[in-house]
Amino acid sequence: MAVRAGYALALLLAVVILNFTLIHIAPGDIADTIAGDMGGATEEVMAQIRADYGLDKPFPVQLGIYLGNVVRLDFGYSFFFNTPVTSLIAERLPATLLLVFTAQIFALVIGVVLGVISARRPHGLLSHFVTLLALFGYSAPVFWTGIMLLIGLSLLLPLFPVAGMIDVALIDAPLWRQYLSVAHHLFLPALTLASIFLALYSRLTRASMLEVLGADYIRTARAKGLSERDTVYRHALKNSLGPVVTLAGLQFSAVVSGAVLVETVFSWPGLGTLALQSILARDTPTILGILFFSALVVIVGNLLTDLALRLIDPRIRGGGG
Amino acid sequence: MAGDLKISEPEPQAPRAQHPFREVLQMFVGNRAAVVASVILMLIVLAAVFGPILYPTDPFEMVWAPFTPPGTDGFILGTDYLGRDMLSGLLNGGRVSLTIGLVAALMSVFIGISFGALAGFYRGVVEEVLMRITEFFQVLPTLLFSMVIVALFGASLTVVTIAIGIVSWTAVARITRAEFLRIRELEYVTASRAAGASNMVLMTRVILPNALPPIIVQAALMVGSAILFEAGLAFLGLSDPNVVSWGQIIGSNRTYILDASFTVTIPGLAIFVTVLSISLIGDGLNDALNPKLRRR
Repeated sequence: MAVRAGYALALLLAVVILNFTLIHIAPGDIADTIAGDMGGATEEVMAQIRADYGLDKPFPVQLGIYLGNVVRLDFGYSFFFNTPVTSLIAERLPATLLLVFTAQIFALVIGVVLGVISARRPHGLLSHFVTLLALFGYSAPVFWTGIMLLIGLSLLLPLFPVAGMIDVALIDAPLWRQYLSVAHHLFLPALTLASIFLALYSRLTRASMLEVLGADYIRTARAKGLSERDTVYRHALKNSLGPVVTLAGLQFSAVVSGAVLVETVFSWPGLGTLALQSILARDTPTILGILFFSALVVIVGNLLTDLALRLIDPRIRGGGG
Repeated sequence: MAGDLKISEPEPQAPRAQHPFREVLQMFVGNRAAVVASVILMLIVLAAVFGPILYPTDPFEMVWAPFTPPGTDGFILGTDYLGRDMLSGLLNGGRVSLTIGLVAALMSVFIGISFGALAGFYRGVVEEVLMRITEFFQVLPTLLFSMVIVALFGASLTVVTIAIGIVSWTAVARITRAEFLRIRELEYVTASRAAGASNMVLMTRVILPNALPPIIVQAALMVGSAILFEAGLAFLGLSDPNVVSWGQIIGSNRTYILDASFTVTIPGLAIFVTVLSISLIGDGLNDALNPKLRRR
């Protein structure tokens, strides 16, 4: 585990260096953006801005200073939002985490249940439905799915709120009412995001279950008189979850990517909407900070997957990479 | 006497092996969904290639009242929030979406094969380094990274295509590496090596052709996901503002879904049907190219 964590840190470091370098070699810098906002500036003012932001130093020095700051979780100052980047992100990160992890849990639970049911009747109606669902989830653009759900379940049939994360009227309400409101707002975005992966998981569960159900120890379990339910859920399911959880772990980067689109559709106040704003404003300190934290979310997601795999399958222990 | 004796020889009829291409084609044609999908995709491609020629209108020109419903006043698909012809947008947008999808997918397949082949063939340090780079790109949130690239280097078609291509190759690299690791141990590779084939020949002429089936399937799926990726970028407003694409139509009409939901529904359906056809074709190819896997 320690090896994995150290490796994860190295990956994060690589993410920071790559992004910093990219922004450095791209045409235009902060000084240009600020000067653009001011409606033009003289050469001296430009030089002054560059000196203020340390842009006059050689690149390795700039990178070193930046890395030193990142270690202290200082991502600089956003000139666009007029706030330190760290507090800006701290404000938005929980919303994204909530969305990403809820969507993964939605997708896993619904996907596994559908997969198990259709594995028990491989040629039944539900099995075909799962296949159809898989094709839909794979082929529909997630932002479009979101808009369609929004039209259906928020506008035509007003069951869910159209946008945001919480009812603003509830600012003084008891905490449980606020939680309830967040859950109400969360449902459609999480379902939308889950729709991409749900089908993937159910298909793999089905395939994996079909394989396990043909194994000798399942026949043994049946032969010794274990009930069908115990056979399927306690023996077969437990042993077919491994590949599904592994796949779920590999999807974290895609889930975070999808979250950017879903957040935009539902005006969810997370990192994704912040990313779009800061990218359009060319607010480089904020962009760099967001890239760092979204990579962190993916890496933590992967580590959690490893932990989950160990819990499911005690044969996996330490080592490996 | 001896000349009279005639032994009737059996006709020389060795069991003729079918050409592998025909065999694959036969398997593919057996998959009805894949055939239907191929026809639909062909129609979409034809519409994108010839549509703008047969229906020569400017997709950016405001031609009629905004939100004209489909089928009224001679506008088959209606008009959008600026009164622009939706049909024209869809046909021209199809060109852009399909081209970017295809080129970006080709690019990522090329990168993926190169990485996977080198890693699987040379192993050791080369494999270690290349696979670490692959893992790095798997951790990177791809859409965010592409958004940054497009924002930094300008939203032209070239930049958008490259931004999609350089983040989508990891799956191809992993598949290629796995195939190379498996095939390089087979006897015919050893035989070619003993016959004096260079590493380059071994990689490109001996191993690669045999590693292709799963790569082709993945490549087909890549075209679909590249189209979705482009649609996502365009939806966010991060694609070339001078060309129409399906995602861009959805993004720009999104705020008006209350007034006219068809402006969002129709281009979304176009993306959906295109990507769905490509996935079905991918499934068909998978069945045809890897018949041993057909046990589900």
